[in-house]
Amino acid sequence: MKEMIDRIKQKFNAKDINQQKATLVFFTVEKKDLEGCVLYMKEFEGYGNLTMITAIDWIEKNQFQLTYHLHNYTNRTDVSIRTYIEREKPSMVSIHNLWAGARVFQREIKELFGIDFPGCPRVNDNFVLEGWDNIPPMRRDFDTKKYSEETYFPRPGRYKKDNVQFMEENLYPVEAEVKKSIADTVKKK
Amino acid sequence: MKPIWNDTQEYDLKSGKYVKIWQGPQHPGVTGNMSLELLLEGDEIKWLKTHVGYLHRGFEKLMERRKFINCFPIVCRICVPEPDTNEYLFAAATEELSGIEIPERAKWIRALNLEMARLAATIMGLGGQAASFGLGTIGQWAVAHRDFLLDSFEELTGGRIYHMYMIPGGVRYDIPEGFAGRLEKTLVKIEKLISDIDKVMFNNAVFKSRAKGLGIIPKDWIEPFGITGTTARGSGVNYDVRKDHPYLVYDRLDFEVNVGTDGDVYERSLIRKEESLLSIRLIRQILSKMPKTGPVRTFIPDILHWKIPAGETYLKAESGRGEYGYYMVTDGSEYPRRVHVKGASYTHAMALLEKLGEGVTNADIFGLMVSLQTCPPEIER
Repeated sequence: MKEMIDRIKQKFNAKDINQQKATLVFFTVEKKDLEGCVLYMKEFEGYGNLTMITAIDWIEKNQFQLTYHLHNYTNRTDVSIRTYIEREKPSMVSIHNLWAGARVFQREIKELFGIDFPGCPRVNDNFVLEGWDNIPPMRRDFDTKKYSEETYFPRPGRYKKDNVQFMEENLYPVEAEVKKSIADTVKKK
Repeated sequence: MKPIWNDTQEYDLKSGKYVKIWQGPQHPGVTGNMSLELLLEGDEIKWLKTHVGYLHRGFEKLMERRKFINCFPIVCRICVPEPDTNEYLFAAATEELSGIEIPERAKWIRALNLEMARLAATIMGLGGQAASFGLGTIGQWAVAHRDFLLDSFEELTGGRIYHMYMIPGGVRYDIPEGFAGRLEKTLVKIEKLISDIDKVMFNNAVFKSRAKGLGIIPKDWIEPFGITGTTARGSGVNYDVRKDHPYLVYDRLDFEVNVGTDGDVYERSLIRKEESLLSIRLIRQILSKMPKTGPVRTFIPDILHWKIPAGETYLKAESGRGEYGYYMVTDGSEYPRRVHVKGASYTHAMALLEKLGEGVTNADIFGLMVSLQTCPPEIER
């Protein structure tokens, strides 16, 4: 594992290397190096199994993180390759020609995050949503509550039971009362 | 490698040679809410598309807005027949990221719970496999025997289908008094069921002639499609997460992984039968080797204000259908930043089924679908 990490550092300038466990390592490569890196891992390091591709929305950094998780059947180790892409008009190189299963992951990410994979077959087909006309729902700025209030027929709000409030009211009734009265006074002012 | 896919071929629907039909999401043959778009020439499938989305509940999105403990009622609902793998992986991921070590006895109880769930799922899967080829009685036997196991689950955890038993820091309660004896009675019943299934299913001429040679997965497809679990083992790949990446107490248990060679539906069903016998042996081993006393839960911080340090991890476990994975990212707040659930049948039921279905007859497609252990809830999450 150690030698492999050294080779990756040298070849692809891998950063943020985090060996989470003896058999699992995370590292980051540049967007332009990603395809070469996964191909190298597949052909020369034996990481032939694509376990998953997933995306994370770092809205505060204005970036999407893509994680490619690969598994090696021979020495039973995993690597997770991270890469960051810009949030405006996100697009990533498609790896459907390296793994037959990659097209499904890419289709899902296209629909739920809006990250495009040009050239991937059936990437624009519906995955789980049908007739969706809003921003991709797994993005952090998609407000599920607001969407359901606007889309579905108006109903009186649900009975809410917040755990913290419930425990406070049951275990510390006096403190909860004081807190509530302060909040009310602040609201009035 | 030759390209597996042939995306360029087009069929002229107006030629009168082909007929396009939809099967599912409501159809007695399909496994759950999933539909298949089939293009038939006579009785033979020329082209097949899978459609999911009838059961999408947005669990991954919901988890981003909930505290770690509030995610527990959600994760178990990702897979209905075998929810415990989800519970274990979510609990273990939070423990790993927050640096909690669970007590020894809790590890054994978790392994017991996971094996019971595997057993329940595999015998129901065997019943489903038989029913998909018209042997409905076996399906009814299997569901009835699963119910005996659900009784044991109810006694152990308080719930029949969803247990929410494995929580961060261990398990909820200790094993009840005399539980092992009562579970043993159920195991004996299930052993009898499996020997009956062996006679009427695996030696049945109808089942044999239909399942042999159906849906053969060549060994060199395992890596491109990311196939795991019994589906991979049926094609001769010796890979089992319990053996190769031992978690909980599996490194202290004595067992051998069953590997087949043919890679067809019959072989996969046979492996599944052997898996259920293996689960029975493992449950007996766990109950005999388990420490008899000790704590089942460790101290965890106030769960309502529980902040987990920023980090990320990927954890996997062997479920009845293959490798199940949880990728969790935390950002130091009270909420998970992202949880990605990699269901075992995600790779089998979408891309692989579309490929394997070509050339299969319309009547056999359900048997093929069940043999790949398709589970739509874990595909859509």
